[in-house]
Amino acid sequence: MVALRDAVVLVGGFPLLSGVNLELSSRSLNVVTGANGAGKTSLLRLLGGLVTLTSGTGVVSGVDLRGDLRELRRRVGWLGHEGSFYDDLSASENLVFAAKALARPTADVPSALERVGLSARTSTPARQLSAGQRRRLGLAWLLLRRPELWLLDEPYASLDDDGRTFFDQLIGDVVAGGATVVVSAHDPLRSSALAPRTITLAGGLVVSDRS
Amino acid sequence: MIRVALLVAAKDLRIERRSRVLLWQVLPFGVMALVLSGLALGPTHAGHSSAGPGLFYLVMLLVALLMINRSQVIEGSPGTRASVATLGLDPAGVFLGKALALAVELWLTGLVLLGGSVLVLHTALVGTLSALPSVVVTLAALAGAGTLYGALSGGGQGPATLLPVLALPAFAPLLIAGERSFSAALHGGALWQWWLISLVALVAYLGVGILLYGVLEES
Repeated sequence: MVALRDAVVLVGGFPLLSGVNLELSSRSLNVVTGANGAGKTSLLRLLGGLVTLTSGTGVVSGVDLRGDLRELRRRVGWLGHEGSFYDDLSASENLVFAAKALARPTADVPSALERVGLSARTSTPARQLSAGQRRRLGLAWLLLRRPELWLLDEPYASLDDDGRTFFDQLIGDVVAGGATVVVSAHDPLRSSALAPRTITLAGGLVVSDRS
Repeated sequence: MIRVALLVAAKDLRIERRSRVLLWQVLPFGVMALVLSGLALGPTHAGHSSAGPGLFYLVMLLVALLMINRSQVIEGSPGTRASVATLGLDPAGVFLGKALALAVELWLTGLVLLGGSVLVLHTALVGTLSALPSVVVTLAALAGAGTLYGALSGGGQGPATLLPVLALPAFAPLLIAGERSFSAALHGGALWQWWLISLVALVAYLGVGILLYGVLEES
């Protein structure tokens, strides 16, 4: 699913990633940990085709990172720690927009919202949702998309215990369903049943990799 | 491309309807600017009517700058940009959709300000109505150029002064052609020639936007 060789990402001359070597298999759960500024988000953004590779090589989901990044982006789902949607649109309208953009049936929207526990918030503008509810809406967006590669950037931030448990369960279901998941987090996943591979970054380099 | 354009335009217009930025911020600003322009020219009606077309387009230009910035800002948060990028939308369709939504907003604002120019600047009603086709085309061209230059100036993330500085060379011919055709509709003259210039500019900006918007988004 992912193969990076000496991957370097420079932004404004500053190295976000300094030569990452990494291989991730399909249908796997991977957690990227590290201190602030270690390169976790940059690695996820590289895997999502959201930043360009400065040097080195990389293939993600069969797409060369030096090739058509738009094609790669269609295959990945991104959940950032910022808002992932239009604040003035309701939860339902955001998902309907995504469904129409992907030429998916809008009839899937209610079930996606129900799956993440937002059935009672369908017409609430995204800006009025709590941080945890916004995360759930982001997950509903991904459930609707069903991408091959899920990139979840700090998904546990601002979540309560119920929210964290819900996320763990959903991630387990997604991996069981055949997707590959990469999660960036300060802490390891709580659920030991998920048994993720843990990759630790420091200074834009992989310093530890254990299953 | 057309499907994406209609989807993006509907989304942008829905966001405007919800946020009411156009209704409560942009329109009052435009009306105030028009009234103040009339007052600045003095109380005699005759002086107002000859300056009316130019003042109308000057106010529309200021209003357009606000709306272009707003159009880019709604896409501006890094999370939204990343999420929407992973939808893989055709950039040409996104450009056309954003330009269409901006054009609709400019047309609505222009309609109100044309009424304002009849009331405040005392432009002749019949002449103002006959200028409508040229106003529609000129504002559409302004929307096309504005969407293109809005993306070029950093998609709402750049300095606020960058957009007017960058867009001035593109907006100036539109301003001149629009004012000339509006004046011709009011006082007689070469209406169609100036109207044609706006039409050519509209086609040119849309063509360039369709070709380049993806590159601007990526950069």
